[in-house]
Amino acid sequence: MSRFRPIAVLPLLLALGGCNFVVLDPTGDIAAQQRDLLVVSTLLMLLIILPVMALTVFFAWKYRQSNTTARYEPDWHHSTQLELVIWAAPLLIIICLGALTWMGTHLLDPYRPLDRIAADTPVPADVKPLEIQVVALDWKWLFIYPEQGVATVNQLAVPVDRPVSFRITSSSVMNAFYVPTLAGMIYAMPGMETKLHAVANAPGESRGFSANYSGAGFSGMFFGFKALPAAEFDAWLAENRASAEGLTKAAYLELEKPSENVPVRRFGTVEPALFNAVVNMCVDTGKMCMAEMTAIDARGGLGLAGIHNVLPLTYDKYARRGTVLGGKAGYVVGVCSPEELAQRTVSAATSPRSLAPVKGAGLALPGFTPISLPAAPAGPRAPSNI
Amino acid sequence: MTEYPVPTSPIFGRLTLDALPLHEPIVVVTFLVVAMGGIAVLGAITYFRLWGYLWKEWFTSVDHKKIGIMYMVLGIIMLLRGFADAIMMRAQQAIAFNGSEGYLPAHHYDQIFTAHGMIMIFFVAMPLVTGLMNFVVPLQIGARDVSFPFLNNFSFWMTTCGAVLVMASLFIGEFAKTGWLAYPPLSGIGYSPDPGVDYYIWALQIAGVGTLLSGVNLICTIVKMRAPGMTMMKMPVFTWTALCTNVLIVAAFPVLTAVLVLLSLDRYVGTNFFTNDFGGNPMMYVNLIWIWGHPEVYILILPVFGIFSEVTSTFSGKKLFGYTSMVYATVVITILSYLVWLHHFFTMGSGASVNSFFGITTMIISIPTGAKMFNWLFTMYRGRIRFELPMMWTIAFMLTFVIGGMTGVLLAVPPADFVLHNSLFLVAHFHNVIIGGVVFGLFAGMAYWFPKAFGFRLNEFWGKCSFWFWVVGFYFAFMPLYVLGLMGVTRRLRVFDDPSLHIWFILAAFGAFLIALGIACFLVQIFVSIRDREKLRDVTGDPWNGRTLEWATSSPPPDYNFAFTPVIHDGDAWADMKSRGYTRPLEGFRPIHMPKNTGAGIILAGICLVLGFALVWYIWWLAALSFVALLVVAIGHTFDYNRDFFIPADEVARCEAERTRLLAGQVQA
Repeated sequence: MSRFRPIAVLPLLLALGGCNFVVLDPTGDIAAQQRDLLVVSTLLMLLIILPVMALTVFFAWKYRQSNTTARYEPDWHHSTQLELVIWAAPLLIIICLGALTWMGTHLLDPYRPLDRIAADTPVPADVKPLEIQVVALDWKWLFIYPEQGVATVNQLAVPVDRPVSFRITSSSVMNAFYVPTLAGMIYAMPGMETKLHAVANAPGESRGFSANYSGAGFSGMFFGFKALPAAEFDAWLAENRASAEGLTKAAYLELEKPSENVPVRRFGTVEPALFNAVVNMCVDTGKMCMAEMTAIDARGGLGLAGIHNVLPLTYDKYARRGTVLGGKAGYVVGVCSPEELAQRTVSAATSPRSLAPVKGAGLALPGFTPISLPAAPAGPRAPSNI
Repeated sequence: MTEYPVPTSPIFGRLTLDALPLHEPIVVVTFLVVAMGGIAVLGAITYFRLWGYLWKEWFTSVDHKKIGIMYMVLGIIMLLRGFADAIMMRAQQAIAFNGSEGYLPAHHYDQIFTAHGMIMIFFVAMPLVTGLMNFVVPLQIGARDVSFPFLNNFSFWMTTCGAVLVMASLFIGEFAKTGWLAYPPLSGIGYSPDPGVDYYIWALQIAGVGTLLSGVNLICTIVKMRAPGMTMMKMPVFTWTALCTNVLIVAAFPVLTAVLVLLSLDRYVGTNFFTNDFGGNPMMYVNLIWIWGHPEVYILILPVFGIFSEVTSTFSGKKLFGYTSMVYATVVITILSYLVWLHHFFTMGSGASVNSFFGITTMIISIPTGAKMFNWLFTMYRGRIRFELPMMWTIAFMLTFVIGGMTGVLLAVPPADFVLHNSLFLVAHFHNVIIGGVVFGLFAGMAYWFPKAFGFRLNEFWGKCSFWFWVVGFYFAFMPLYVLGLMGVTRRLRVFDDPSLHIWFILAAFGAFLIALGIACFLVQIFVSIRDREKLRDVTGDPWNGRTLEWATSSPPPDYNFAFTPVIHDGDAWADMKSRGYTRPLEGFRPIHMPKNTGAGIILAGICLVLGFALVWYIWWLAALSFVALLVVAIGHTFDYNRDFFIPADEVARCEAERTRLLAGQVQA
């Protein structure tokens, strides 16, 4: 088999030249650090893998049956020293790798606000991260720029060297938001919000996509990613603002219906707090928002009366849900007025940037806001396994 | 917009003629081929009047050896189906470039990758592993059968009926389009209203009962039925790994059963365990399924580690190096395999501390695994290695598996996983360990124990062809996927628009084609070996100069395995017996108490199959009827007291005399 391997590798080497190893050659600082960890871990493991492979081939060759000059000791089956070595060698490697993992995982936690733009450039004190809200729809991506009041479908642009804070959710099923040039992926899940902090360090165009299978149109669920210098980013925003289309709740409900290979669309205006309604699954007017529901439940729920607070579902993205034995689907009717709701679903302010050096367990845990009314506004459930 | 729940008729539920996929030419052609093949096989069985023989000697048999062989046959048949799915995917991905949509629409393609994953794990790897354990373990521990012989037969037929239900979905209705683990909400009724996910659920539930019961059975067998003198630390390593695997099965499979029950409640009665709203949470499903799913990986690989241990020691002509540390490594892996499930979804947003905990526990597993690797190495050291087929597979495994192990540890580093999760790198990794580990090991095991099961060796030439096609094919098929993963290509894509990826998919498809040749050679090998069985005959019962008890008896072993239960003094029992000049007892035989064959297992499993089908299609009267029938037959079976018999002493004596004659003939020749 060792005879054949070089032949197997040859065509691969030929093809390697024309390839874009985006994972190994990203432009964003976060992705680059993730790449570094990947490379260092690989080298660390090769320290033990290569000798094992070499020994396998060597022993197999040396102790072959036809080689009668090699020593044959049929009863030799134990050596305490050797056993110590074979347990200790992998252990040492794993200790190093484990330390690296602990540090790296905390430093590159996607929930952790950035403290640097590049290896030697801390984030300037006056720079606030750009917030972008990401919604995975069937089967396209919606990007909302809340401060700028614009939105796009299947095109994401960020200014170079400015930290970006993504708030990510999905409208129907699980997806994963992944821009390989920028940073690692994170799941987009309905009714929940995940976060990702990243920065683009060089202008350029690439693409992002869903990295978690989500149904029939999954293959076409990618978007253009542009990292633009500040001036060009402003021009790009202006181009969006010029669009006559506005992203109202009604427009969103139309947009979220399944469609495939969707071209870029731009929205000049965006209804405020739309993203919060999406996360809370109450864009459709009249549905109780999840924040409201969990808040009511946290205070003991509505009791028996609550089971009557349901209306038949008339709108759905695919089909009217309902099960063969459970009857037709319903939805819980909201009890708050729209004004109260708008106020409640405004998210908690993004946590302040921490510049403290990483000290392992000393880091703050990702944002899980315990629900307590009325002191703190209830947020959506944080996807946390803690 | 379709109205749900769908209208159901009282007689046929939601099964209508539209459920037959007549509009999909690929499926129709497949059906015709399968139907013609099936009719030919059934016709041949009828023509040669084999039904009675099959029913009496095989289908109703409670002999662990025959059940083991039937498991292997099931696994090999399902391998053909699972591989057909694989090569269709590879072809689609190699074609769908430059604006081409390929030849598979999403509706079909999505079913194929779901079926491929699910079939390969549950109906190929599991039956093959269970089959080998079933066949080998009682022989290795000097037992006459497993603890619960009827249960063993029932387990096999439950697994088979699960497989039949999956195959039925190919021609009646459709299979799930969700990926092999059927994550909700996609697998919920809202996004998958079709019967596909229901087929998935009920096939797994039926097969899961079989797997669980077989786990109970083998644990009990290993704990209670070892020959006198065989203490735990004198058990063969394969038996040790089988014990650990079955402990994993018994602890893990109920979780799968429970999570599928919750999913079916969501789908049938409208509960909200895994929906997005009404308080449900799909993350619970992801956690639960992986709490089963990760141990499942070790359920497959541990027995295979056992096979490699036996093979390395036998073909190096040496005692296994570091038996004790091998056993402890196995036990440590068994325990640790429960502490790592979260590494399958680092990207779900757990905190850094949680992610790094699970990342580090995952890496820790590589320590005992590494120790095992070194143990095999030092077993070869100062040995006399015979490169027969099983040993060739072992060397290929050692070189291939370390690569998969390395990429696995890489994926256990959460920040690295963030850039590689769900990519083709991940796909390459798990095929690297499953093919390079489990499949190579199964082939080693089949080549190793085939002479024991049938009394003749497998043909060497075709076996070597199969070996080289498989190994080279594996590298061609999966190394390009590592590369594609590093290029940021994700899994389960159907069409591509980046032409620079094309060459890699063509290489991968070529690799799959080589593997197809490998499988073909394997089938030819079996055919040729059966044809030339007289030439390949082994009358010694010990063709490899084996070291464990199964080689002490004849090949194939008599129904009762051992005329006298052997007494064990040392770890490698048979090697020890040979070195001390063991002679076979030739007289003083006594009647042997054996279990009787029964048709209850196949009947019960058949009723379960009907029940599953009825539930998939909402045919309530049939479901109720088959459920009642299930209870009646099961209770009825408990009143069957006529379950055992004695093989008379002179029958045993005749059998043993025949073997003496054969052995003597061998010596003279």
